[in-house]
Amino acid sequence: METISHTPDPWTGLRTLTEARIALGRTGGSLPTAEVLDFRLDHAAARDAVLTPFDPTALADEILALGTGVFTVTSAAANRAQYLQRPDSGRQLSAGSRAALTDFAAGRPPVDLVIIAADGLSTQAVRQIVPLLRGLLPALQGAGWELAPVIVASQARVALQDEIGNLLQARLSLILLGERPGLGSADSLGAYFTWAPRPGRSDAERNCLSNIRAAGLPPAAAAVRLFHLLTESRRRGLSGTSLKDETPLPGLQHRRD
Amino acid sequence: MTHRFTHGRTTFTFPDLATLMARASPRRSGDELAGLAAASAEERVAAQVCLAEVPLTRFLEEPLIPPEQDEVTRLILDRHDLAAFAPVGGLTVGQFRDWLLRYETDGTVLTALAPGLTPEMVAAVSKVMRQQDLILVASKIRKVTRFRSTLGLPGTLAVRLQPNHPADDPRGIAASILDGLMYGCGDAVIGINPATDSPSSYHELAGLMDRLITEYHIPTQSCVLAHLSTALRAMEAGAPVDLVFQSIAGTEAANRSFGIDLALLREARAAALSLGRVPPGGQVMYFETGQGSCLSAGAHHGIDQQTLEARAYAVAREFDPLLVNTVVGFIGPEYLYDGKQIIRAGLEDHFCGKMLGLPMGCDVCYTNHAEADQDDMDTLLTLLGTAGCNFIMGVPGAADVMLGYQSTSFHDSHYLRQLLGLRPAPEFAAWLETMGIMQDGLRLQPAGPHHALVAPQLQALAASPN
Repeated sequence: METISHTPDPWTGLRTLTEARIALGRTGGSLPTAEVLDFRLDHAAARDAVLTPFDPTALADEILALGTGVFTVTSAAANRAQYLQRPDSGRQLSAGSRAALTDFAAGRPPVDLVIIAADGLSTQAVRQIVPLLRGLLPALQGAGWELAPVIVASQARVALQDEIGNLLQARLSLILLGERPGLGSADSLGAYFTWAPRPGRSDAERNCLSNIRAAGLPPAAAAVRLFHLLTESRRRGLSGTSLKDETPLPGLQHRRD
Repeated sequence: MTHRFTHGRTTFTFPDLATLMARASPRRSGDELAGLAAASAEERVAAQVCLAEVPLTRFLEEPLIPPEQDEVTRLILDRHDLAAFAPVGGLTVGQFRDWLLRYETDGTVLTALAPGLTPEMVAAVSKVMRQQDLILVASKIRKVTRFRSTLGLPGTLAVRLQPNHPADDPRGIAASILDGLMYGCGDAVIGINPATDSPSSYHELAGLMDRLITEYHIPTQSCVLAHLSTALRAMEAGAPVDLVFQSIAGTEAANRSFGIDLALLREARAAALSLGRVPPGGQVMYFETGQGSCLSAGAHHGIDQQTLEARAYAVAREFDPLLVNTVVGFIGPEYLYDGKQIIRAGLEDHFCGKMLGLPMGCDVCYTNHAEADQDDMDTLLTLLGTAGCNFIMGVPGAADVMLGYQSTSFHDSHYLRQLLGLRPAPEFAAWLETMGIMQDGLRLQPAGPHHALVAPQLQALAASPN
């Protein structure tokens, strides 16, 4: 078999300085086969993360096993295609879920926090949720927080936390959901929280921890950071840019997606 | 004025020009999201049939957004050149399409016509044009701009080198710049999207590029794609600023949501010119646009996203830019759902920009939640090459690790240059030849670790691995 060698780039060593795809080499002026396929593989993983169906029952079972209550809802997005084209549909509950959650909330006292575990744009990122809750729930319970059952939500956008938090009379609403997958980071989870959640809250009124994944901010570390941030948010009675501006905590970001 | 069209037993009515424009727009998710799109395929074509009958002068009589509400409308009307408009002043939208496709309508004619056209006229005709029309007419028009390199000449294709890094790490950025230069890219601009929008970060990145350009005599220009106000502060602090960047949109309200207005753009351009870095008669502004930005900012006034995009070009041309880049697929599938919508939008934007006299380039790109992939980008890239696009992006391996999306790569530029015989900007091609990087502007040369650009970075790495 004849060997066709491509032209390598002599600056391969510089790859340690950046995650960017430099020094890929070339055949003629084009990408070598291995690089074409490597890119395709990463893109395929990202596409699968967006499109693989979310299994809310499996996630609910795992969360129940942590010893907390669970309530399952769906957004108004009828399917994945609608979810992707109509972000507004993912920001509100389906009629059925709204009725069920309203019934559930009737006669119950307000809570400090509702945590929402959701698919978002990456169903692969959902795997970070249980490890994160394993750290966060005991910390909150130990500090005397009144918690609503964990809400497992399908086809959810960040702002779904507003309607859910409002229905449950929660002081704070925290949603954990898959971020838009990047190449090579298809399983990245985002965490967004909002003080006094109610429909119409703007993104400037939220805070965000992003890139929660083993190779980024590990779920256990994210749990520690979230606990401190939520505590600070509750103490000061606010969230969003003002929390960001006055509390220089590492990893705290303003929402950017 | 109500527009009506009867097809079979169905009569379609469109109450005003804005509705007619929106219903006539080729299908895209952003107009559906805004509730402006045609309800059926037949209604869409009915609107196109009605639109083809509309006289071009109607767009002067019936502004889609009232001038008293919007400074972009006022700019469009104030700058309209009736003498330049005269050759097409008696035509309808449909007749205008026919006129554009005539053999006699060449680049000289179209260049002279540009000041006589409004964005709405250009958007309207694009809606009744097929993709081949958009490509053919745009390919007749050349728009040449200059800083240290001359861009937009016939037979050339330039590349913006985009060496972003998620933490603005200077060595990581320098490594990506080296990669791009060694692949013959960067003649349009070396342009960094900073992760942090601060004057100090701006100053550091501008300094890094300035030293590189100066030391190696690279005939190109640099740009930090931070907010205009950051650029102004950095210029005051003495940063070496070649090009001033800003994202712009087609309504005053959307521009305000970006924190800018026409006055601020004027101030920034004057500041950049006053630095005296650009040769006389050259250009100092770099604008980016993209369909859907007005809707995203809640500032669309019930106008479809393609028409609003064309209005952004009226803002751009007021400031004589070096580069205008439509970042076509960046905004996501809620505005352009799939490869088909992204491809059509990219060709529309390039056509509309060129018709209005702009040096149009395109960030041929998509996000991972859009129904698109590299094959779709190959298609749009190829079509834009044939349409005479001034410049494209060059991102290492096509994946931007800071912005988290996929664009075109250095390798992609070689594909297009080989396929269509397109060379880099002449000054840059000569520099590449001198540096032993490229032969005849088309063929990469083998380079070793001792190459003048490569060796210093490898030595620095050996001296300080992290």
